[in-house]
Amino acid sequence: MRPTDTANPEYFHKVVDCQYACPAHTDVPGYIRHIAQGEFTEAYMLNRKSNVFPGILGRVCDRPCEPACRRVRVEEKPVAICRLKRVAADNRGDISALLPKAPASNGKKVALVGAGCASLAVANDLLPLGYECTIFEKLDVSGGLMRSNIPSFRLPHDVLNEEIDNIINMGNCEVKLGNGISSMRNLLEQNFDAVFVGTGAPRGKELDLPGRQEADANIHIGIDWLESVAFDHIESIGKNVLIIGVGNTAMDCCRTSLRLGAKDVKVMARKPREFFKASAWELEDAEEENVEIVINHSPKAFVLESGKLVGMQFELMEYDVDEKGRIVDTRVTGEKFLPADDVILAIGQENAFPWIERDLGIEFDKWEVPVVNEKTHESTLEGVFFGGDAAFGPKNIIWAVEHGHQAAISIHKYCQGEDVSDRLPDGQTLASTKMGIHEWSYSNDFDGSTRTIMPHVSLKERFQKLNIEVELGFSPELAAEEVERCLNCDIQTVFTDKLCIECDACVDVCPVDCLTITANGDEADLRTRLTAPAENTEQDLFVSGALPQTGRVMVKDEDVCVHCGLCAERCPTAAWDMQKFTLHHPHAIDEAAPPPEQKEVA
Amino acid sequence: MSFIKKPAVRHPKLPLNELGLTVRDYEGGMSTLCAGCGHDAITGAIVEAAWGLSIPTHRFAKLSGIGCSSKTPAYFLRDSHGLNSCHGRMPSIATGANSANRDLYYIGVSGDGDSLSIGMGQFAHAIRRNLNMTYIIENNGVYGLTKGQFSAAADRGSKAKKGEVNLQPAIDPCSTAITLGATFVARSFSGDKAQLVPILKAAFNHRGFAMVDVISPCVTFNDHEGSTRSYKYSRDHFAPAIMADFVPPAEDIKARYEEGEAMPVELHDGSRIVLRKIDKDYDPTDRVNAVSNLMRNNDAGEITTGILYLDESQPEMHEVNNTTATPLIDIPYSKLNPGNDMLRKIQSRYR
Ligand SMILES: Cc1cc2nc3c(=O)[nH]c(=O)nc-3n(C[C@H](O)[C@H](O)[C@H](O)COP(=O)(O)OP(=O)(O)OC[C@H]3O[C@@H](n4cnc5c(N)ncnc54)[C@H](O)[C@@H]3O)c2cc1C
Ligand SMILES: Cc1ncc(C[n+]2csc(CCOP(=O)(O)OP(=O)(O)O)c2C)c(N)n1
Ligand code: SF4
Ligand code: SF4
Ligand code: SF4
Ligand SMILES: [Mg+2]
Repeated sequence: MRPTDTANPEYFHKVVDCQYACPAHTDVPGYIRHIAQGEFTEAYMLNRKSNVFPGILGRVCDRPCEPACRRVRVEEKPVAICRLKRVAADNRGDISALLPKAPASNGKKVALVGAGCASLAVANDLLPLGYECTIFEKLDVSGGLMRSNIPSFRLPHDVLNEEIDNIINMGNCEVKLGNGISSMRNLLEQNFDAVFVGTGAPRGKELDLPGRQEADANIHIGIDWLESVAFDHIESIGKNVLIIGVGNTAMDCCRTSLRLGAKDVKVMARKPREFFKASAWELEDAEEENVEIVINHSPKAFVLESGKLVGMQFELMEYDVDEKGRIVDTRVTGEKFLPADDVILAIGQENAFPWIERDLGIEFDKWEVPVVNEKTHESTLEGVFFGGDAAFGPKNIIWAVEHGHQAAISIHKYCQGEDVSDRLPDGQTLASTKMGIHEWSYSNDFDGSTRTIMPHVSLKERFQKLNIEVELGFSPELAAEEVERCLNCDIQTVFTDKLCIECDACVDVCPVDCLTITANGDEADLRTRLTAPAENTEQDLFVSGALPQTGRVMVKDEDVCVHCGLCAERCPTAAWDMQKFTLHHPHAIDEAAPPPEQKEVA
Repeated sequence: MSFIKKPAVRHPKLPLNELGLTVRDYEGGMSTLCAGCGHDAITGAIVEAAWGLSIPTHRFAKLSGIGCSSKTPAYFLRDSHGLNSCHGRMPSIATGANSANRDLYYIGVSGDGDSLSIGMGQFAHAIRRNLNMTYIIENNGVYGLTKGQFSAAADRGSKAKKGEVNLQPAIDPCSTAITLGATFVARSFSGDKAQLVPILKAAFNHRGFAMVDVISPCVTFNDHEGSTRSYKYSRDHFAPAIMADFVPPAEDIKARYEEGEAMPVELHDGSRIVLRKIDKDYDPTDRVNAVSNLMRNNDAGEITTGILYLDESQPEMHEVNNTTATPLIDIPYSKLNPGNDMLRKIQSRYR
């Protein structure tokens, strides 16, 4: 293999599994270290820089970081990354002085359609640069699905309000509530320099089975029903409820049903558990509330008696799964009737843009999804940008935020007459953490503790009101235990080949057998010759240049390194050093800042 | 010295030996030697060899004298027996322990100072007795622990860290051991585990005295320009004469080697070592040839490595002295100590 190019930020970034998996590339180990030192405000602000809504995301983020966490590969459960974010939000001090303020207007006006997290993230990045933002929102409230669909027992409204206000109160921002855009043509004719579409994926999917029309009164579309509940238009539901679908919307529907008076709630899945879309933790939370999750039942018909819904007929399914976990064969083995007073359909969402005229130059593909550049977020009409669920279909909040960051860069460049695709690359800074011969400026010892369990409101209390937040959050004491589980993946093992005398000290001391000094070879061959099996090909091998004494190479399998720093402690020549990696993932403010020469890029 | 211990966390896919143990189960405490000391790498090789042989750690006894090298038994085979004795006195302790319990694997760890300076007499007599043990000299040419004075193994003309030149000739433990009657003599280098680990496996299974001289650079006092025990010098003058592969009893040797290339030697437990000659003039079964070759190579400044001499046919100490086959611990106390009357009877024989 060629020597690894560690000057390319991609290499070390990938080592920080959580940060790499986070769409917004939040500096997770960085904020966890702040929490460990009781610096909650700093932890909050570090989060806010990347993900804009730490309080919200600390409760309801989809957390792609957690399955990616290295801890899963060395122990079992990931660090409670998401819940630690909430710790920062819950315990931070007054941040008002730290928030950006809008300067005098730069004369450019931007229209943002929809007041969901995507548009809000765009405003967050553009307001501090002097842009005047006008947000048009169909509903009478801001927040998008975060308010209308995510139940308040998961996300309290005061948390939501505060983080939205932190953006729109920067200045130069007008939020026009109850102001749905019904014609893009009209909007384009108004005096805006750029338009951002953040209208989400507002249409819930239908299930056209016999009886659907006749039983309409008791069949609900999940996202519409949750919205009606959120806005107090619906206050009760029948005793027996069936939820069709097993994604995250289904989880919110079943738990909300229990709070509106349902006694027996079943979530109906067509496939076995390993194929569920819902996150493991959402399933756990639903099952804790005694929701029954029924697998291998495929809906066949809505059953009515005297014109009223009495239940549903299902086909019983059987699947053959191959060794790769794919379904290779499907069979129907029988049928079953389950009684129901109400049925909620939670089988997905779609984009819908009835308000965008098709002759404006904004192209749509055959699924009626707009054609959007994945990097710049620009549509086929210059100056019109899409982000969030509106751009590439339903995802989640953190993706919508990152879309917002990227769209804001484009809007800034577009308004300044620059090329939207000529963007700053990611950069990195590396700084040694050495404090003494065997002392580091991070907590390098491995802590074997298992994941801290989130305390919940008791099952008795939590159903009394719809908006009782179930999770109590970690106390600072619990957080202090959980932070030590973080493996400090941002503290990189940085190697200088010309210093190595091949004494083997690092190879011998490494507790997880990451290191090998051996003859070079191609990757497939090297992977078979390392100290411990290197079977996880998703994790990179670091390969040094030829070592001075024998011409062999130092190989590090990044897979399970616990960043304990012992290799660097036992190295007599400091050929290994533990260096803090900081990713510079540019936002609009960086594009607007003076030229990057002034930044230290290692 | 590190402030943290090597954590218990391990690679989830570490291979298991026949006892279901990982190599981590054969480790000891955290080393307090200087970072980069060759002795630590030898510790690593001992751990790997013991794990590879699937010998339970409590079947080992670790013995040592004084010196940085002699500290290392604390860093391997956590759950084994051991005694850290006086400077140069490890051979006597080993003799005593082995006399009482012949069923353990004895690993003696010593330094070039411990064995060839103060302990030379003890070293020589342990060899003469053909004590059944593996005797490792961690050879760095200096007294590391006392801050780098030349030892009796320092080469004539080699320079100390501050520049003084050593004027006395070196004692070569390998040719010395062969002349004294050792039945297994090997040399290796701490920086070459691929060679050292199979040698140690063979040494552990050799019946009789197995002396393994391991060149082990002292990074702090003897790794400079002008030293003949530095990492760089050792690598530049490294001359493998014989490569050894250790083959467990169950494996078929023929399947692994071409006819003529290899020279299999069966050890008393049925395991074998296969010697592959690199230097065709070297004959590891011929004492005279081995010593003369070694002397010639030493004079040429080459560090001859490999299993240099081997004789599996010699009786070890217990066989020579016709002692009981049962370790004393397994003999009932009444038999071991037959009482005052019996003592008197025996004494009366000498009156
Ligand atoms: C039930 C449910 C639970 C979820 N739970 C989670 C979760 O726990 N974690 C997570 O990360 N994600 C979750 N999601 C997904 C997440 O809510 C969305 O991905 C995210 O809100 C998308 O943000 P957005 O800004 O693109 O769109 P939205 O949040 O959908 O906001 C779009 C806004 O645009 C407005 N609008 C639409 N059309 C117009 C128009 N023509 N004119 C003006 N305004 C308009 C809408 O009223 C809305 O306010 C959930 C989704 C659902 C349905
Ligand atoms: C009887 C006695 N004399 C002298 C000493 C001082 N002393 C301690 S270690 C040592 C030399 C150790 O050298 P070596 O055996 O080569 O071990 P190294 O530290 O080099 O590994 C000496 C002379 C002592 N401890 N005891
Ligand atoms: S930091 Fe070094 S010693 Fe620790 S696990 Fe990683 S490679 Fe091994
Ligand atoms: S400890 Fe340092 S000098 Fe020794 S092998 Fe490792 S990197 Fe090289
Ligand atoms: S002084 Fe030399 S022999 Fe002793 S521990 Fe340090 S490097 Fe090793
Ligand atoms: Mg010495």
